[in-house]
Amino acid sequence: MDLLIKNGRVIDPSQNLDTTADVLIENGRVTAMGSELRNPQSAIRNLDASGCIVAPGLIDLHVHLRTPGQEYKEDTQTGTTAAARGGVTTVCVMPNTAPPIDRRSVVEDILQRARTEGNGVHVLPVASVSIEAKNLQLSEMAELKAAGAVAVSDDAFPMQDAGFMRRAFQYAKTCDLVTMLHCEDTALTHGGCMNEGIVSNELGLRGMPRLAEELAVFKACAVAREVGNRIHILHNTTKGAVEQIRRAKNDGVQVTAEVCPHHFALTDEACRGYNTNAKMNPPLRLQEDMEALIEGLKDGTIDAITTDHAPHAAHEKEREFALAPFGIVGLETLLPLCLQYLVEPGHLTLTQVIEKMTAAPARILGLPYGTLQNGAPADIVIFKPKAQWTLHAEDLASKSKNTPFDGVSMTGQVEATIIEGKLVHHKDTKNTEIS
Amino acid sequence: MPLCLCGDIPLKLQRKHILGLQEMSAEEINLVLDTAANFKEVLARPIRKVPALRGKTVCTLFFEPSTRTRASFEMAAKILSADTSSLTVAASSVTKGETLKDTVLTMQAMGVDCFVIRHPQSGAPEMATRYVRGHILNAGDGCHEHPTQGLLDLLTIREAKGPIENLRVTIIGDLLHSRVARSDFWGLQKLGAKVTLCGPDTLLPPEFDKYGACLKTNCDAAIEGADVVMLLRLQNERMDGIYLPSVREYAALYGMNARRLKRAKPDAIVMHPGPINRGVEISNEVADGERNVILEQVTNGVAVRMALLYLLLGGEE
Repeated sequence: MDLLIKNGRVIDPSQNLDTTADVLIENGRVTAMGSELRNPQSAIRNLDASGCIVAPGLIDLHVHLRTPGQEYKEDTQTGTTAAARGGVTTVCVMPNTAPPIDRRSVVEDILQRARTEGNGVHVLPVASVSIEAKNLQLSEMAELKAAGAVAVSDDAFPMQDAGFMRRAFQYAKTCDLVTMLHCEDTALTHGGCMNEGIVSNELGLRGMPRLAEELAVFKACAVAREVGNRIHILHNTTKGAVEQIRRAKNDGVQVTAEVCPHHFALTDEACRGYNTNAKMNPPLRLQEDMEALIEGLKDGTIDAITTDHAPHAAHEKEREFALAPFGIVGLETLLPLCLQYLVEPGHLTLTQVIEKMTAAPARILGLPYGTLQNGAPADIVIFKPKAQWTLHAEDLASKSKNTPFDGVSMTGQVEATIIEGKLVHHKDTKNTEIS
Repeated sequence: MPLCLCGDIPLKLQRKHILGLQEMSAEEINLVLDTAANFKEVLARPIRKVPALRGKTVCTLFFEPSTRTRASFEMAAKILSADTSSLTVAASSVTKGETLKDTVLTMQAMGVDCFVIRHPQSGAPEMATRYVRGHILNAGDGCHEHPTQGLLDLLTIREAKGPIENLRVTIIGDLLHSRVARSDFWGLQKLGAKVTLCGPDTLLPPEFDKYGACLKTNCDAAIEGADVVMLLRLQNERMDGIYLPSVREYAALYGMNARRLKRAKPDAIVMHPGPINRGVEISNEVADGERNVILEQVTNGVAVRMALLYLLLGGEE
């Protein structure tokens, strides 16, 4: 199905492009861009994007799709639908599945499900650095990569032992794989369930000190400097972590970093009332941390914005705060939160924000997506940057509704999502298989 | 002045649940203390029974072992003629059995007007408020609050020392894990006391400084000139073994003994929420001494719990 997107404001940071233009898609690829492009064939479909931004489809480096093993939280069909509704066309899925992504068969299973149950969203498995995610034995990274893994990670099971970490970095380097790290010194966070500070003290909840993250980021950067491999620091939340990454980058360490919208949109105050939908790991921090994250985004210390989309069933979150699982869903709020908390206050331009979710993540993992250059896969998000709407958790496409933004007013709405030329989501159409 | 217990216009709290003292105003706290003071008259009668809560059902729901708090609540409810039922849930079944939500829904279906909840997890009583129609009374949740203990402590101080405003109160012990300390602190602060918190830095959250508490690690300095010395029980069950080197060293540094107590004002009182660990946070001589009001605290516990049940449930149709 070929498409002609008319009259949109095309923003493609990979080409330093911000212009009103038409975009022509043929055979799943971008084939032309310019003003008042003519329909080359009468059969081709037009999509009017007047008043909308047309940008490369968003790439989310950090998603928990929960499959295989935890399909009651999310499955490939619901997860990729949620992604498309959020304008996300590529998801990198984390290895803490059941079983974890530590062997070829699991990578193949995830890719197979994406083909048969997915809606076209690119599902890219991130393999575990270790067998059973136990950080005792290296996974077969070369085979995992050959099967389709795009990186390795210790997410949810942070490596503590610097000896194992060094070997993992060395082996990942051998396989030319980026290691994506969940930086947490668990000796400092053991039993904790929210940021350590005034709010945790008042609620009587065990805290997770910011020090635990800063120390772990420092350690990972120091080991990576020694080994010379590429690392990517997942979900940074603290001022100290940003400072460590900034220093490491200045020192030439091959480190990239991401933040998640909830960490620059909310503080630990959101946990009051024992709100388990404000419980995630790393936890919501303080105002000064939010400011440091935004500063990091501005000066390039933080490369990418990701969701850490972590669905959990309602019955799991309806628990005592300390017993509820960590994590919130994020795919359908990614773009609005970035627009509301980064663009509207003037911290970042629209182009900069889009870059953090397209060209930057593509560069981090060397992906062929995140660009509208001629010949590139036609993954595109079309959105109204100023549209106002209210999020209702029950309306989320994700199987789980664990969001702290239920009932919150959102800025910016995805109109349509196109993947390899196929319209997989349109705001006004339930059935996206229209012609 | 005796309270009209079957009165036409009973005083009521403008809140449905009692979850902690942090959220209560000084006026509300004083209302509870005044009501409790009146109920002490009932406790002194030969026949300790009034019909105020006849036909009401109070359910004590304890997810954590407790002897005195539960007995105190049940006694308070029975003196007010309420019916009581109780459910003890072994702590171990919390993780594998019925959820808190289902437990409270089940008990509510049997007909309960007020739940008294003790739970090892902070916030469990607040969570229960989302699911039940009846009142929730927090009987101690995790490291969060123990509001009835806080109120009975305030009543005891008021009886012994008069107005709480400007009294110097020193709280010594495991401030990090103590729900009693949190409730005491909020209550004392709202009523205008000058509060000093004392313990080793491993058990003394620096955040309390932000609310105007004076933090001291030296016990002798902390007691200097105090009107009230409150000791906290060393909660072994909450210790991971990394907060203190030994009970012996804790007793040496923070245990209350007659010599140390001389630094407080001559008429200072010594309080303890119980159960006491003799030889640890309190020496035998202080535990048996003239200046402790530990048993008054226990008596006042019944009066305060009567007051809360009455203020929440009294006059309800």
